[in-house]
Amino acid sequence: MFELFAQADATAAGFGQYLLLGLVLGSLYALIALGYTMVYGIIELINFAHGDLFMLGTFFALGAATAVGATTADAGTGTIVLGLALMLVGTPLFCAGLNVATDRAIYKPLRRSPKLTVIVSAIGVSFIFMNLGLFWRGATPVKFPDLIPDTNLLGGAGSVRFTLKDAMVLGVTVPVMIALTVFVKLTPLGKAMRATAQNPTAAVLMGINVDRVIAVTFAIGGALAGVASVVYGLYIKSADYQMGFQNGLYAFTAAVLGGIGNIPGAVLGGLVIGVVGELGKAYLGAKWSEALIFGILIVILLFRPTGLLGARTREKV
Amino acid sequence: MSAPLLQVQDLEAGYGAIVALHGISLTVNAGEIVTIIGANGAGKSTTLNAVCGVVRARRGTVTFDGRDLTRVPAHEVVRLGLAQSPEGRKIFPRLTVLENLEMGAFTRRDAAGVKADIAKYYAMFPILEKRKHQPGGLLSGGEQQMLAIARALMSRPKLLLLDEPSLGLAPQIVVQIFDIIRELNKQGMSVLLVEQNARMALKVAHRGYVLETGRITFTDKADVLLNDDRIRAAYLGEEGH
Ligand SMILES: Nc1ncnc2c1ncn2[C@@H]1O[C@H](COP(=O)(O)OP(=O)(O)OP(=O)(O)O)[C@@H](O)[C@H]1O
Ligand SMILES: [Mg+2]
Repeated sequence: MFELFAQADATAAGFGQYLLLGLVLGSLYALIALGYTMVYGIIELINFAHGDLFMLGTFFALGAATAVGATTADAGTGTIVLGLALMLVGTPLFCAGLNVATDRAIYKPLRRSPKLTVIVSAIGVSFIFMNLGLFWRGATPVKFPDLIPDTNLLGGAGSVRFTLKDAMVLGVTVPVMIALTVFVKLTPLGKAMRATAQNPTAAVLMGINVDRVIAVTFAIGGALAGVASVVYGLYIKSADYQMGFQNGLYAFTAAVLGGIGNIPGAVLGGLVIGVVGELGKAYLGAKWSEALIFGILIVILLFRPTGLLGARTREKV
Repeated sequence: MSAPLLQVQDLEAGYGAIVALHGISLTVNAGEIVTIIGANGAGKSTTLNAVCGVVRARRGTVTFDGRDLTRVPAHEVVRLGLAQSPEGRKIFPRLTVLENLEMGAFTRRDAAGVKADIAKYYAMFPILEKRKHQPGGLLSGGEQQMLAIARALMSRPKLLLLDEPSLGLAPQIVVQIFDIIRELNKQGMSVLLVEQNARMALKVAHRGYVLETGRITFTDKADVLLNDDRIRAAYLGEEGH
């Protein structure tokens, strides 16, 4: 008999464990999805290179940790903390800079070209990034050092394990997403971003420098991907030049599921995909997980074409 | 007489191969309401957008308050005292009414003054205060027009550009909008008003320009234009007499 269903732990604790893993991975998808959704919101570009930017970020993070000696077996706590700090500060800066530079060099000159032209060039950038990754680190997956121990933070055998690593992921991603929400909702620059997304011509008339807003959007989207890179590397402990494709596609799907252009939507979409993917893998088997994710996506979009939280207020002409 | 507030000279502008304005000249003096009337596609919106820098002038000059605007980036024009309520209103649909007004004051740094101005325009447009926490996209057409005008005023402009504020509105709302324009002018605001509703526009304006396919064909005091047979026949839907 062929193995149709996975051997899942059917207990409540097992369910809790899968749910937790889903939320942890989902919060990573959410961080990447934010970069897709924010850029789309402002210039209606599906930035296909975004997943590959995330991949380059993991390589950069590993390089930063290696540079200070945090990856050697005998690295002391001080060195490890220094390495972590360098990764967490440097990688978002690296990804933000690369994202802004890509926009300046490639997308900006095409701002008035047909949308398809820009999308095709984004696909081109995706391949360029992938090849850069291949050139940088080779074709075989690179190993991340185990910098954060798997200490279980919850006591008791047989119950859900919640490790220091899980806490690290949520401890980084949740505050970052809250900070982004506050920034976009309350600061003048955040409001300018929303206004530009909703009507760029009117935004110019208000005195908003749209070019600057677009650059800031690419910077923030890139920085969020950079944060995701570090967290991913520390959690999954492996990276390869092709990982941007699948993770990027999941994150893009999350953005569409939540309602492309919608910031809380991207977070919700990321979490839904993370949880559905993990539960699907556990109870239906890995081979069904993706069919389940995309099946749900299609059903939701059939009933809510604008996504879960997509714009409901229509513009009056 | 002092120099006009806005002086447009020999302005040419267009889109790609299309030339929308073939060298037009016009002035607006401080304290005036000036209207540009013309049919669909005459170039009225292009004129306002070329003044604001949203469409770049290919030839000619735009001088505002003594400054040449032709090289000023579009987003810096509002700082110099020029605000536009654009065609189609262009409200930010998912920002609240209050946030839309705040965006109008984007270039200002005097928080107290901004707050006072919001209160002032709530008094002028009570419906906006009632709806202050609603998304702009949910307002009716007339309410959106009031919001667009108030939003433009939030930058404390010296000259207010209005592009077809009566477009698509019920007649009694149109009357209300024109009353507001008159009232603003009484308080000292200079206005450049673009309209297809020529009768209403000429009634409220001091002077008018007639724009036909990118060229100014008539200009005079508004009451003279209102009584000109050719204008009456072409723009006021009346037979000459
Ligand atoms: N974005 C654009 N791209 C290409 N051509 C344009 C654009 N906007 C306007 N035009 C053309 O320029 C000319 C002037 O248009 P404009 O919008 O200034 O006219 P208008 O007088 O404001 O008309 P309406 O009363 O319909 O608003 C028209 O021929 C129009 O087709
Ligand atoms: Mg027009």
